[in-house]
Amino acid sequence: MNAPLSRREFLQAGGALVVGFTLPGPVFAQRARGDMPRGKTLDIGEVDGFIAINTDGSVTIYSGKVDLGQGLRIAIPQMAAEELGIGVERIALVEGDTALTPDQGATAGSSGIVRGGVQIRQAAATARETLIGLAAARTGKSAADFDAIDGEVRPKSGGAGIGFGDLVGDQRLGVKVDPKAKLRDPASYRIVGQPLARPDIPGKVGGRHVFVHDFKIDGMLHGRIVRPPAVGAKLEAVDEASISAIPGARVVRINDFVAVVAASEWDAVSAARMLKAQWSEPAPLLGAGAVREWMRSGPFEADETLVKKGDARQALANANKVNAEFYWPMQSHGSMGPSCAVADVRDGKATIWSASQATHRFRETIAKALALPKDAVRVVYLDGSGCYGMNGHDDAAADAALLSKAVARPVRVQWSREDEHGWDPKAPPQLLSLEGAVGDDGKIAAWRTEMWIPKATANLPNMPLLALDAAGIAQTPGLTTGLISQNGDPPYAVAHQDVVVHWLKSSPLRPSNFRAPGKVANCFAVESFTDMLAAAARRDAVEFRLQGISDPRGIEVIRRAAALIGWQPRPSPAPGAPGAGRGFAYMHYKHNESYVAMAIEADVDKASGAIRVRRVACAHDCGLIINPAALKAQIEGNILQTLSRTLFEEVAFDRSRVTSVDWASYPILRFPDAPEIVIDLVSRPLDPPLGAGEASATTVPAALANAVYDAVGARVTTVPFTQERVRAAPVQLT
Amino acid sequence: MPSFTLNVNGESRTVEVRDPDEPLLYVLRNALALTGAKFGCGLGQCGACTVIVDDEAARSCRMPVSKAAGKRITTIEGLGTPDKPHPLQAAFVAEQAAQCGYCITGMVMSGAAALARKPTLSREEAQQALSGNLCRCGTHERILRAMLRASGKGRA
Repeated sequence: MNAPLSRREFLQAGGALVVGFTLPGPVFAQRARGDMPRGKTLDIGEVDGFIAINTDGSVTIYSGKVDLGQGLRIAIPQMAAEELGIGVERIALVEGDTALTPDQGATAGSSGIVRGGVQIRQAAATARETLIGLAAARTGKSAADFDAIDGEVRPKSGGAGIGFGDLVGDQRLGVKVDPKAKLRDPASYRIVGQPLARPDIPGKVGGRHVFVHDFKIDGMLHGRIVRPPAVGAKLEAVDEASISAIPGARVVRINDFVAVVAASEWDAVSAARMLKAQWSEPAPLLGAGAVREWMRSGPFEADETLVKKGDARQALANANKVNAEFYWPMQSHGSMGPSCAVADVRDGKATIWSASQATHRFRETIAKALALPKDAVRVVYLDGSGCYGMNGHDDAAADAALLSKAVARPVRVQWSREDEHGWDPKAPPQLLSLEGAVGDDGKIAAWRTEMWIPKATANLPNMPLLALDAAGIAQTPGLTTGLISQNGDPPYAVAHQDVVVHWLKSSPLRPSNFRAPGKVANCFAVESFTDMLAAAARRDAVEFRLQGISDPRGIEVIRRAAALIGWQPRPSPAPGAPGAGRGFAYMHYKHNESYVAMAIEADVDKASGAIRVRRVACAHDCGLIINPAALKAQIEGNILQTLSRTLFEEVAFDRSRVTSVDWASYPILRFPDAPEIVIDLVSRPLDPPLGAGEASATTVPAALANAVYDAVGARVTTVPFTQERVRAAPVQLT
Repeated sequence: MPSFTLNVNGESRTVEVRDPDEPLLYVLRNALALTGAKFGCGLGQCGACTVIVDDEAARSCRMPVSKAAGKRITTIEGLGTPDKPHPLQAAFVAEQAAQCGYCITGMVMSGAAALARKPTLSREEAQQALSGNLCRCGTHERILRAMLRASGKGRA
């Protein structure tokens, strides 16, 4: 308990964005610029990095992982509450504030619970042991005689307890996170595993929740970036007088970065539309129609063999081969709210309010861009519109920062719909070619996967940002894609198999990670192809999968998903191609995370090409479940969003620019398209949490493609499954 | 500067604007500090900005403030309160029908307008009622459950 700064001093030194369970909404104590709290440790090795016991006995948790709508705002307090022995209603959560929360890495890759929550859980277990130690010392009894319950340390034998606040006073805990601190026995869990309501939903449903889009500070101006008509265009001239009809509006230009700022938002929007700017008209892009051919031809960075077992080439040389090529196009994050940020860059300091999924990482990037020391920059997370990898939120923050620095006032930037669809970073395209064969024993004898995908740049500090590029501010060039080559191999026993990647040097449009990066397309290919092999062998798709799998957790989800939809064993396609079918797909995410099996029922009208998805059944095993209600919401969301990507989505672009810049040209799933969803969660309280959500996205495209094949005997191998493609797919009734 | 008197959530509010074509959405969010309605597209395509104008769901991003004057405007802030939510708001909370939540106020407003028109809705009718509202997180299933939960419950 040797604390250089007391809890009370700390709280006086600077407040935080605290999302409190008992508060009507977020509390902003941190509006003024330069209001840097001092002394709060950000060390992930210190309990105080994550946890503060307040004098009233309530608890504040500091989480580097943020709630993007996936429910961490309840799940992380549940994990901490369970270990500490206090109700979640007495826990407030501070998220993603570089001045207050430890750097736990980006909120990405379904890592919120697995890494973020687990770190905080260990800190909470250490805090509990510390609190019990304090009670033991005060009473002269053994620590073994106490437990922490409902915010008090109580004698196990009964009698009065001592409140956490009383034990700690205005001190900090001042202990290191003990990796050996004992976690509670899952059999005793009272909070973890409960479907507790998310604290942010009443505010969201009531219109009171403060998104970054809603955040305002005194003296704030509104900025709008004027985007060029072509990627890479140079700004040749700007007519500043063209916006003179709007009083107070002004132009900011830094090389090819051009923007307007105005006192009111509508004035900024109007001025951006009015501004006359003359641009060069380059045509540096491939055009969407040329991408698939380009992927085959390169240029390539390297070839890489990811998996090699036996001799697949030799085994296939003498076999009755099945082969297919699968294509996944570039897609947009399509956030409902265009990216937005507020920045206040003045007097050698910067505070940026952003929906960044990685505030600590972004701080490094933006500090460098602003030529400020890292310690002079604070990035504070505020909720944005749903983002599933990386949309334009970091770009908008850089936009706002450059403008604020230029005008020495706080500036809010919100993108237009055209900006968001046109300029958000895109999921990269993927091309896969598969060949395989079934042996005389009815099992998969050999398998080859070849992939053509863009290569991510190793150790890229941040996705290259539009504003820095346009303004001529140095940044590290490169591509970010996520780990897009995983799960290209079958999750079934195959003696002879190999997976080869042809790494492309570039991507047709600026790429970024997008939900379950790469693995949605890879599972689409692998699990569609598995179905093709099953059909070639005249085997039932579920039985065919089960004979190749020995992992009991995989077997369990497959059996449960089949039962959930009432699967009747028979080969595909359905006899007589009745236009109603069912399809199946399975995924063991990254071969070491969650297990998902999915069955989809769909009606297909081959004449029109229309697909109607009737029902989706999903069995899901992510190990320990923290909050089954929030987990189900994530699974539903992954299923519906991926149905949308599979059925409707492809970014259109010509040689100069993205041309699908609204919801008419980039349609997504609508309510009439939404199927019924049934979910079966496998509960494994004794196993570690594996990371949930993304895995349930991956099985959707193949399960649907397999249902289409079952319904009409036609194999769809290119996304999106447009009516035209379904009509054109050749019928191959075996 | 032109000035307009708006009837918002039962109160008379006078606003001055430079441009009479300024969309109602910007006036609500900035001059009136009612930030429940969101900017999604500015094109009337997504429904995030939905408010109720004279009993009909309306896209506030496409309605010039000059055209909104004299009409009865209800925003999410006027639909219900934390203590006394509209039955559809209570149903959204009960079904935990939000992920990021950006589209949700528009969903509630479109849904409330539909339920005011026809107090009992089938799943298909609820799907049609919300067909002009987009959700990217994939919360459709829960939102439909919330609509059915509120169906037949009347007004608060």
